[in-house]
Amino acid sequence: MLTTLAPIAVRAARTSASRQALRSVSRFLSKSTVRHEAQLNSLSTFTDEEQMLRDSVRRFAQDVVGPKVREMDENESMDPTIIKGLFEQGLMGIETSPEFGGAGMGFTSAVIAIEELAKVDPSVSVLCDVHNTLVNTIFRTRGTKAQQEKYLPLLSEGKLGSFCLSEPASGSDAFALQTKAVKNGNKWVINGSKMWITNSYEAEIFLVLANVDFSKGYKGITCFIVEKDMGVKIAKKEQKLGIRASSTCTLAFDDVEVPEENIMGGEAAIGQGYKIAIEILNEGRIGIAGQMIGLAQGVFDKAVPYTYERKQFGKPIGEFQGMQFQIADVATEIEAARLLTYNAARRKEEGKSFVKEAAMAKYFSSVVAQRAAGSAIEWCGGVGFTRETGIEKYWRDSKIGAIYEGTSNIQLQTIAKLLQKEYEA
Amino acid sequence: MRPSPRSLIRILVPVKRCVDYAVKIRVNAQQTGIDTNVKHSMNPFDEIAVEEAVRLRQKFTSKIEQVTAISIGTAKSQETLRTALAMGADTALHVEVPESGSETLEPLSVAKVLRAVVAKKGPFDLVILGKQAIDDDYGQTGQMLAGLLGWGQATYASGVELDLDKGWADVTREVDEGSELVRVRLPAVITTDLRLNQPRYASLPNIMKAKKKPLEKLTPQDLGVDITPQLEILKVEEPKKRVGGQKVKDVDELVEKLKEAGVLPGV
Repeated sequence: MLTTLAPIAVRAARTSASRQALRSVSRFLSKSTVRHEAQLNSLSTFTDEEQMLRDSVRRFAQDVVGPKVREMDENESMDPTIIKGLFEQGLMGIETSPEFGGAGMGFTSAVIAIEELAKVDPSVSVLCDVHNTLVNTIFRTRGTKAQQEKYLPLLSEGKLGSFCLSEPASGSDAFALQTKAVKNGNKWVINGSKMWITNSYEAEIFLVLANVDFSKGYKGITCFIVEKDMGVKIAKKEQKLGIRASSTCTLAFDDVEVPEENIMGGEAAIGQGYKIAIEILNEGRIGIAGQMIGLAQGVFDKAVPYTYERKQFGKPIGEFQGMQFQIADVATEIEAARLLTYNAARRKEEGKSFVKEAAMAKYFSSVVAQRAAGSAIEWCGGVGFTRETGIEKYWRDSKIGAIYEGTSNIQLQTIAKLLQKEYEA
Repeated sequence: MRPSPRSLIRILVPVKRCVDYAVKIRVNAQQTGIDTNVKHSMNPFDEIAVEEAVRLRQKFTSKIEQVTAISIGTAKSQETLRTALAMGADTALHVEVPESGSETLEPLSVAKVLRAVVAKKGPFDLVILGKQAIDDDYGQTGQMLAGLLGWGQATYASGVELDLDKGWADVTREVDEGSELVRVRLPAVITTDLRLNQPRYASLPNIMKAKKKPLEKLTPQDLGVDITPQLEILKVEEPKKRVGGQKVKDVDELVEKLKEAGVLPGV
């Protein structure tokens, strides 16, 4: 065993040593590297604009969203004034360029906004997340010029977007989708149904993945831009455990006619839908990681002060070591999840590979969010278990983190596949 | 001051970078001031002032030429100015004061700097500023500035009605007896109270636009103003912790207790 392994180990050592050497040489040679090194910052360093955005979103979330959180949760519906407020604040076109009515900010800005909203209400956060990091981004990166000119201003200024991939028999196995599109003259006719579609109750612009040629397997999957009044029908609004104010519906497509110019990316992009879906979910999950770290911090901020107010056995419960260590543990996990998330976001922004980091961030943040929310309920005892303080809501909301935009198992599989590529001989 | 009112007026809005209103204030270890290594943001009363100026500018688009935000403080005050620009101010002036000087900056010095700015960077016709800053709570700058300039003043405003044709402002003031309506001729100084308006949250596109708006840097020396403090801070300490009081069941008992404590005069 040892003898067979030895040459590999030597080779590995040699390769890594020479890589190291190359790296240090290039460090001295490249001016840009040197300049970059002078600017090395911690992951909690933000630009002035990012900081202002965080402050502004935080106040909007606390003042405008905050008072409505419980009511929206109980009614299982999103208050339309919140959606309107998000549009007015420019939160629905974060990365969209100003020429299309957006703010022209970076990806990390979007993650910060999603995080700040989630501290107060993860339902509002996911509405903003899906609209920005899925719908807007597909238009920005895949849309034809005409599609961008037509739809991006609408999406920045007032029309909510929704991304329709999952189906009754197709979730993690996304390419098994059954919705089909058939060409008829200068239109495409879509038939099928989509399930668990976020934002779909309020949305007016839908990105629908449908197969145009099942004989080509997943290479027949195509992304269509469908407007609500082209005939998108809501078959059922789901009742859920958490993020109850965020709508999740089953959609029916019965002979929905879509003009041929509404193929995302134009005619040349027929059959490119699977690529669009994979790529968008790879980066979109950093947004979900942002939502989960926001959720974790939000519930932590609510619960911890109470542990210093609540007295038992003559002192605040937060001063008992059993509590102190739990609080310290959760704080550390949140910090770790936050750094994973910011790092994935910055890598994406810098154009570096980020798929593994994004999967790690999303997976770990969802674990941390659930643990933080669960602990927070326990720290607050009876108060945490009742609905009045809103602490239990965070725990209900946290469960979705391990499910949407790629389940935890899919994240782990993504990480494992990339690790295998790195380490396989 | 001027022979005839100008057709286009300009508003100056002084803003101060303060410890954020949500931060619990703590005295620093040296007892020379408070711990400033915490989150800062724009003084909330100044936010109201910026909001009012921006609203006036939107209401009188053809008559108000520009809103200029000004901050006197360390380099970090520029963050506060960017916030004012993101809220809708057109230009910004930063009068930089070194770290050492910023903590001892007094209302009179600030008022003198502002007077110099009005004289040298103007003309300005209206200065709108917070009635006080929430850090040192002096509540003097606006009044001193009006005095130095020889302008009218309307303080603690809870309503501002501007009539630019007539060249005056009708200002509702919150006073102890209720509300008082005063008419002040421009140029004037208005200080804002809490209920004047609800400041907006800077929208994302405006945060980005703020980056491109002009921000001019100056020093007190450039303006020929001496900001040497007149006061010396000997020591800063937390107020004594209040100890629990006691409930009384009626007036008689209350009088009894006050007598016991020896705080009733003439008894």
